[in-house]
Amino acid sequence: MLDKFGIAKRIAKEVKDGYYVNLGIGIPTLVANYIPEGINVVLQSENGLLGMGPFPAEDEVDADYINAGKQTITTLPGSAFFDSAMSFGMIRSRKIHLTILGAMEVSENGDIANWKIPGKMVKGMGGAMDLVASAENIIVAMQHVNKAGESKLLPSCTLPLTGVRCVKKIVTELGVFDVLPEGGFKLLELHEGVTEEQVKQSTKGKLII
Amino acid sequence: MINKTVANAEEAIANIEDGMTISVGGFGLCGIPENLIQALIHKGVKELTCISNNAGVDDFGLGLLLQNKQIKKMISSYVGEHAEFERQMLSGELEVELIPQGTLATRLMAGGYGMPVIFTPAGVGTEIAEGKEIRKFTFHGVEKDYLMEQAFEPDFALVKAWKGDTMGNLVFRGTANNFNHSMAMCGKITIAEVEELVEPGELDPNYIHTPGVFVHAIFQGEHYEKRIEQRTVRTAE
Repeated sequence: MLDKFGIAKRIAKEVKDGYYVNLGIGIPTLVANYIPEGINVVLQSENGLLGMGPFPAEDEVDADYINAGKQTITTLPGSAFFDSAMSFGMIRSRKIHLTILGAMEVSENGDIANWKIPGKMVKGMGGAMDLVASAENIIVAMQHVNKAGESKLLPSCTLPLTGVRCVKKIVTELGVFDVLPEGGFKLLELHEGVTEEQVKQSTKGKLII
Repeated sequence: MINKTVANAEEAIANIEDGMTISVGGFGLCGIPENLIQALIHKGVKELTCISNNAGVDDFGLGLLLQNKQIKKMISSYVGEHAEFERQMLSGELEVELIPQGTLATRLMAGGYGMPVIFTPAGVGTEIAEGKEIRKFTFHGVEKDYLMEQAFEPDFALVKAWKGDTMGNLVFRGTANNFNHSMAMCGKITIAEVEELVEPGELDPNYIHTPGVFVHAIFQGEHYEKRIEQRTVRTAE
């Protein structure tokens, strides 16, 4: 079974040389730490930066340089700043090759819910709806079950949707899954120490082994 | 030479009245017009409809206007960890319209580009599409549904830039541009506060982000706090 760092490390293998990538908040952000040597990628921060670098050293902190999670960041050689309209222009016109984000629920036809729990959490969708509606390739990084122990891989989402039929791949602590165009979670890999039985028990949606 | 300089934030917002729609630049607390927000508090205008990606924090940015109950409606994409905002929203004191960040940016852009509507795939099949016109277009080689969304035309756009000249030309720095450029373009009246106000000719015309034609009033702000929401540093190796 993988911890969140393991999930991030596994997703990093999906990142190809030359990719422009948008990383969501949480586990996706960690992916940046595991991109293999020799794979050149540019990270997009949708508030207006291509070429996001690591967090700054104490004496480099600059309030004008933040990422989409409002964390202070640095730039890299070749970086570019731009305004929000252009930022979502490059997302909608498919210049960003890969979007990695977290989710509360994913359905077997690729619907995703990650922005709202009615009556509990109403913070807003930020850029998530734009990203999932336009991205060519979307990988979801998440825990297989929620805190109550209920499956997050479902026949259909119970929470308000962020986007429909958009998720292509899911990496959880138990394994790696393709979301098939005809519907269903196809098990691609079991992580070390995980059994098919565990995956079956934790997956409420249609599972294909 | 055209000179758009006003003395200060108070003079700049003199014509903002109760019930108006304003857009306020910034992403989180980055690139927000700190002086103009303070001036709105002093003036005490109420019932404002406010278009801004976020709503500040409890004690800074637009959060100050919320504390003061000057905002009737917020149009935002993410309102985050904000206790007073949540309280006002849940009690019904504050009307809130949450829209996707790209939709927000592009509706502002459309206003500035003179186009009444946009069609976007963001939100198709979700609750934000309810009651909106949907059309099919073939684009990027595939037929998909797109939502029609109206351009924004705020009465006033309040923006913050790094540098500006007295003709209203603006230059932004880092990610502090964010929504400021598009808002500057779509305001019926746009007010810009800048960290450094210079004479025409001092800014290189090759590096202007927002041409002065979009800006109606400009002044040099003071006492910038530039608060950081998530101060994150690299740990020494």
